[in-house]
Amino acid sequence: MLPNSGHNFDPEASKLGMWLFLFTEILLFGGLFLVYFVYRKLNTEAFLQASYELNITLGTVNTVVLITSSLTVAMSITALQLGKEKLSINLLWITLLFAITFLINKYFEWSFKIEHGIFPGMEHYNGLPNGEKLFFFLYYFMTGLHAVHIIVGAIFIGVVIKKIQDGKVHQGRISLLENSGLYWHLVDLIWIYLFPLFYLIN
Amino acid sequence: MSETIATDLNFFQVKKGIRSWLFTLDHKRIALMYFYAILAFFLIGATLGVLMRLELIAPGETIMKAKTYNQVFTLHGVIMIFLFIIPSIPAIFGNFFLPIMLGTDDVALPKLNLLSWWLYIVGAVFALLTLVIGDGPADTGWTFYAPYSVQTGTNVTLSVLAAFILGFSSILTGLNFIVTIHRLRAPGMGWFQMPLFAWSLYATSWIQLLATPIVGITLLMIVAERFFGIGLFDPSIGGDPILYQHLFWIYSHPAVYIMALPAMGIISDIIPTFAKRTIFGYKAIAYSSMAIAFVGYFVWGHHMFTSGMSGPARIIFSVLTFLVAIPTAIKVFNWVATLYKGSIDLQPPLLYALAFIFQFMVGGLTGLVLAALAADIHVHDTYFVVGHFHYVMFGGTGFALFGGLHYWFPKIWGKMYNIRMANIAFTILIIGFNMLYFPMLILGLLGMPRRYYDYLPQFTDLNVVSTVGSWILIIGLIMMLTNLIVAYFNGKPAGRNPWNSISLEWQTKSPPPLENFDKQPKLNEGGPYHYQNK
Repeated sequence: MLPNSGHNFDPEASKLGMWLFLFTEILLFGGLFLVYFVYRKLNTEAFLQASYELNITLGTVNTVVLITSSLTVAMSITALQLGKEKLSINLLWITLLFAITFLINKYFEWSFKIEHGIFPGMEHYNGLPNGEKLFFFLYYFMTGLHAVHIIVGAIFIGVVIKKIQDGKVHQGRISLLENSGLYWHLVDLIWIYLFPLFYLIN
Repeated sequence: MSETIATDLNFFQVKKGIRSWLFTLDHKRIALMYFYAILAFFLIGATLGVLMRLELIAPGETIMKAKTYNQVFTLHGVIMIFLFIIPSIPAIFGNFFLPIMLGTDDVALPKLNLLSWWLYIVGAVFALLTLVIGDGPADTGWTFYAPYSVQTGTNVTLSVLAAFILGFSSILTGLNFIVTIHRLRAPGMGWFQMPLFAWSLYATSWIQLLATPIVGITLLMIVAERFFGIGLFDPSIGGDPILYQHLFWIYSHPAVYIMALPAMGIISDIIPTFAKRTIFGYKAIAYSSMAIAFVGYFVWGHHMFTSGMSGPARIIFSVLTFLVAIPTAIKVFNWVATLYKGSIDLQPPLLYALAFIFQFMVGGLTGLVLAALAADIHVHDTYFVVGHFHYVMFGGTGFALFGGLHYWFPKIWGKMYNIRMANIAFTILIIGFNMLYFPMLILGLLGMPRRYYDYLPQFTDLNVVSTVGSWILIIGLIMMLTNLIVAYFNGKPAGRNPWNSISLEWQTKSPPPLENFDKQPKLNEGGPYHYQNK
């Protein structure tokens, strides 16, 4: 086997690959942020009106939940580096619990809007001015895409839990856990930008 | 014992059966699966192109109706751009030769490589489904400009999703190459001992990585707008169609460098091999690849000079576009300087490389005409643009791909083709190509608009010349492919190094064994192009 074989276990390579992939995720949301800013500039008043409809309390709770879950992932990585597999797995379960809390919270938040008829195609929504329609549509589109990322990240973490239990990820071979942690931090980071854009600017 | 057997067999022979191909992690097999799929789509796209030219042989309706023509040129564009030319050189030759040129046995992330191929196939299936479902393929042009793409009843959603999935495949290939180049270079191979093909793939990969997500999200927005009827881009419900154009070209302009840069890499490898001379200005060529990739991000506005942008914005985009000519010209001068006083061996790969330089220059210089604001207002959306684009993409990248195919054919399949036949096919291709596309440049200057199935009678003569050119081109293509297919079955064994190249891939056997090298590859003392003939 060559010393530089592509089939060697190379944690640096997979970490580099993960970072590159995170760049693409940032650019994916970057396109949406661009659209958001252009339409915010074109419909300043309507965006402002619409943003009052969002529930800041629910948004704040979700922000706290996600930031804390980033902490538990980071702690889980440190735990595995120290060889404490049991602790590491438990911290990952807590992270998953936070992820599910976030999604349940999001579900209630969306259902309140939909009960008030604020969803594309509903009567109340159709009566809104174009700018407010755009605001709510971008709200659903961007937070929806973010929620998809939460689900993907949670599955990723679930797989890592299984792999730690099976002994495939351990103190000496930690890169899969590190990469899922990186991904989770990114999902957190994107929410930290989404939260002020939709809930706080007024 | 088992070790000697492993290197006795080449990568075709180690395993048999369809499953050993579809689920292989071997970069060479993945490259060949790409090759067959991409070749098939190239032939479909070329057939559509010939049908378009046939429609345009005379004014009025000749063989198809206006809507059919719109669908045919859209499908031609989607197939040629997303399924053929963007993946072509990186996915085929990049996959096959990047690890060998770096002196390693595979890419850094082999499973991801297989995933890219499967995503490519899924995207291709989506693109083909548009043919059989509902109202047929999209009729928007490959650019899917809003608001028409939001309103038409044809299968825009499926086509757009196909482009999204193919974009994902392209991102993963680029990601894999960057990691491979960072991590797997042979011991002792620094950045400036890499072959220039690897450099061009490195530049390309960064574009794939950093530009593709933007078009991905933009296309998803088109899908969302079609589903929910929200005015993201449709002005009648409050959207901004110019914003769509900006977002689209932020990706799609850099994408033309995804198509062009790997081609330049092939040329940089062919020329020193057949001039038997070290490449002139190695670092200048390497840096100019990175410079093109970098500047390429800031020029997208030149697609929109007539769409409504402020004066200063147009002037800035025009100036930036002229900047791209500098690194491109640096490459051309270096290639020509490499040939100067070389002991030139005029084999088919070099012929294709020379054709590349000539045709790419025609494409590049007409590009400057389009970059100039005043001139662009006159020729925007005319056949001048179509001619320019095909000179760059087909005359440039397409011919580089054919050149690469003739250069590496003996390595990949271990057989040598008939040189005389290859030269004849090349001559016919050159004649056909220039006859097909040069009249388009004149037609454009005369004012014939693009994307119509009909035209004014005064344009007839040049259109007939162009259509006859397309037939000659097809004859050349068939001869070229037949020659290679005959060689595949009956060619003489090529041996390790038929071109007497000193590049790393020629040190191993043809076809290479599974792990690429049967002995530890030996790096050249003075860099990858250190020929004795100074």
